[in-house]
Amino acid sequence: MAERTTIVVASGDMDKLYSALIIANGALSMGLEASLYFTFWGLERLKRGGLEKGALSKMHFLGLGKLFMTSRMKKANVASLERLMRDFKELGGKIIACDMTMEIMGVSKESLQQDLIDEYGAVGAYIGDARQSNITLFI
Amino acid sequence: MADIRIDVRYETCPVPLVEMRKAVRRAEPGDIIEIAGTHPASQKEIPMAVEALGLELLAVEGTPDAWTIRIRR
Repeated sequence: MAERTTIVVASGDMDKLYSALIIANGALSMGLEASLYFTFWGLERLKRGGLEKGALSKMHFLGLGKLFMTSRMKKANVASLERLMRDFKELGGKIIACDMTMEIMGVSKESLQQDLIDEYGAVGAYIGDARQSNITLFI
Repeated sequence: MADIRIDVRYETCPVPLVEMRKAVRRAEPGDIIEIAGTHPASQKEIPMAVEALGLELLAVEGTPDAWTIRIRR
């Protein structure tokens, strides 16, 4: 069985989503399997059109900081979150949406980008993947 | 002569690595893949990935900021 990386995406912040997707895509590129488990504020990013909507975790400054960061990233030719997510799925990455978060935050399946989601699960889904993982992170 | 050529010049982390992986998935066993890039870290990490994937590294040419890597699936 291939090695695996499992990452809990609990934050919805833009920079943290970048970290999660870059690490996950790196893992897939180096021959590992990868799962992203979206929970709490992370789940907001799986809403339709929500992927790029996260704030910066520091120096957001009501959006000015993010604007500055986005323009710097554009200059450095950094891929968009949309592209990173597309690559993640194309390379066989698995997305799990936390169904308890959906319940407590009133998130319906219809409001989520269902085409990205492989599974709706609870902690057991995370442990099931994590126990077979060489790398597991909480972001 | 490469069977698949990828141009990831001016692309940054993790795009060169990801595009290499996508090309490997497209390739047939025995195909030669040539990747051209300018991101210095990728010049080091693509050979690491090639080893991890059990592929054959044929050549790493050029400089860290203008390189060509050839691999065989």
